[in-house]
Amino acid sequence: MARMATTRRVAISTVAAWLFGFLIFFPILWMVLASFKTELEAFAIPPSFLFFHWTTENYATVQERSDYFHHALNSIIIAGGSTVIALLIAIPAAWSMAFSPTKRTKDILLWMLSTKMMPPVGVLVPIYLIYKSFGLLDSRTGLVFILCLGNLPIVIWMLFTYFKEIPRDILEAARMDGATIGRELVYVLTPMAIPGLASTMLLNLILAWNEAFWTLNLSTSYAAPLTTFIASYSSPEGLFWAKLSAASTLAIAPILVLGWFSQKQLVRGLTFGAVK
Amino acid sequence: MATRQTQVLARSLLTPAVGLLFIWMIVPLALTIYFSTLRYSLLDPGSEVFVGLENFRYFLTDPAFLASLRNTLVLVGSVLALTILLGIPLALLLDQPVIGRNFVRLMVIAPFFVMPTVSALVWKNLLMHPVSGLFAWLATLFGLTPIDWFNDVPLFAVILIVAWQWLPFATLILLTALQSLDEEQKEAAEMDGASAVSTFIYITLPHLARPITVVILIETIFLLTVFAEIFVTTGGGPGLQTTNIAFLIYAQALIQFDVGSASAGGLVAVVIANIVAFFLVRIVGRNLEA
Repeated sequence: MARMATTRRVAISTVAAWLFGFLIFFPILWMVLASFKTELEAFAIPPSFLFFHWTTENYATVQERSDYFHHALNSIIIAGGSTVIALLIAIPAAWSMAFSPTKRTKDILLWMLSTKMMPPVGVLVPIYLIYKSFGLLDSRTGLVFILCLGNLPIVIWMLFTYFKEIPRDILEAARMDGATIGRELVYVLTPMAIPGLASTMLLNLILAWNEAFWTLNLSTSYAAPLTTFIASYSSPEGLFWAKLSAASTLAIAPILVLGWFSQKQLVRGLTFGAVK
Repeated sequence: MATRQTQVLARSLLTPAVGLLFIWMIVPLALTIYFSTLRYSLLDPGSEVFVGLENFRYFLTDPAFLASLRNTLVLVGSVLALTILLGIPLALLLDQPVIGRNFVRLMVIAPFFVMPTVSALVWKNLLMHPVSGLFAWLATLFGLTPIDWFNDVPLFAVILIVAWQWLPFATLILLTALQSLDEEQKEAAEMDGASAVSTFIYITLPHLARPITVVILIETIFLLTVFAEIFVTTGGGPGLQTTNIAFLIYAQALIQFDVGSASAGGLVAVVIANIVAFFLVRIVGRNLEA
C-alpha cells in the first residue's frame, strides 16, 4: 500500500517536474530549432516544430557577413582576461584575510561587498568621459579593466569562503615543520585550494561573458563582444530570425555548458556565502 | 602564532585589492558628485558652469523621473513576486523524488546563463512577435486575438523576459536551502499526522525565510539596474512606458549628452541601491559571525 502511494507520487512529481522544466527551457530550444530553419520557415505561421528543412547555412552566413569569430574572440579575451587579472589580485587578498585575519577583516569584507552594490549606471558618466579622454572607448583593454573591477568583490568573497574551509591545523603543522610562507603557499595551500579556485574562475567567466551594461555602453564595433554583437540584431531593418538564432546559439552554447557544471558554486558565489 | 613578519606580509597582500576597489569606488563617485553640480553638455564642451543643486531639482521634478521611478518599482516588484511565487513551488517539486531530476534541473537553470541581449531578442521576436511569434500562433489556435506585446503591454513584456531570466536563480537558491532542511523533522511531523500543508507552513516555510530574503535582496540589486533587456527591445518606449531609472540616466548621458543631470540621476540611483544594500550587508554580516 505504502509502496503504491510512493510510486504514484514519484510518477506525478516526475511528470510535473519534466513539464515545468520543459516549459522553462522551451525558449532556448525554440531558438536552437529556429537556427536550423530557413528564414522563411523561421517566420512561418503555423510554425513547424521538427519537420522542416534542416539547414546549417545560417551559421555560415553569420560568420561570413558579420565576422562572428572576431566578436567571439573579443568575448574570450574580455571574459578570460578580466577573470585572470581579478584572480591574480584576489588570491593574495583572500588568502591574507582567511589565514591572517585581524579585527578589521570583517569590515573590509563587508565594505568590498558594498562596492558591488553600487549601480553601474551611477558612475556611467565619469567612466565614459574618462574612457573617452584616454582613448579606451571600444577597446578590449578598457572592457577587461572595468569587468575585472566590477567582479573583483565577488571573486574575493568566493575565494575567502573557500579558503576559510581549509583546515588551519594543516597550515600550523607546516609552519611547525619550518615551512616558509612561500612554500606553505605553493605546496600546502594551492593543492587544497584548487577546487575553490576553479569554481570561482568558472562563475566569474560566466558573469563576465554575459555582462551587458558596460559592454553595450563602452564598445561599438572593434572591441564588441558577443553581447554587443547580438544587440546589433535589434535594429528593425532586417528581421533575420534564423540568423539571429544561429548567432545567439553560438553565443550562449559555451557558457551554458560551463554554467551547468557550476550550479552549486553559482548559489554560493552570488549569495556571498549566505546560502550554501 | 602569527609573527610580526606574517602580519606585515598579510597586509601587503591585501593592499592591492583594497586600493583598487577604493579607487574604483571613490574616483568615479567623486566625479559624479562634481559633474552633478555643473551645467555640462557634451555637445558644448568647455562651457561648464557651476549651478549648485540645479541639476537635482531638474532631474527630480522632471516628469520622466517619476515615470521611470514608477516603472523601476513595478519592474522590480513584479519580477520579485513572479520569481518567488513560482520559484517556491518549483523548488518544492524538484526536491521531490523525480526520475531524471538532474536533467530537469539543467533545463530549469539554463535561462540564467543566457546573455541578456539574447534572451531579450529571442523573446521579442520568436515568441512575442504580434504576427509570426509563437504566442500569437498559440492565441489564434485558441481563437483569441494575439497580443501586440511591445505596444499594448510593453512593461509587462519586459517583466516577463526578466522574470524568465531570474526564475532559475530563485529556484536554485530555494532548492539548495530545501535540501539542507532536516528530513527527520519533516518525517516526524508526518508521523504525528501533520498534513502536507501544515508541514509546509510550520516547517518548510520558516526554513525558507532566510533564503527568500537573500533572493529578494540580491535580485533587487540586479533588477534595479536592468538595462540590456530594455535597450534591445523597446529603447525605453513607447513614450516612457518602459524607461526605468537606469535607462533614463543612460539616455540623458549618451543620447542627450546632458552630463550634469545624468550625474544627478546617477547619484539618485546610488542612494536607492544603498538603501537595499544596507539590509543585504547586515544579513550577510550576521552570517559571517557564525
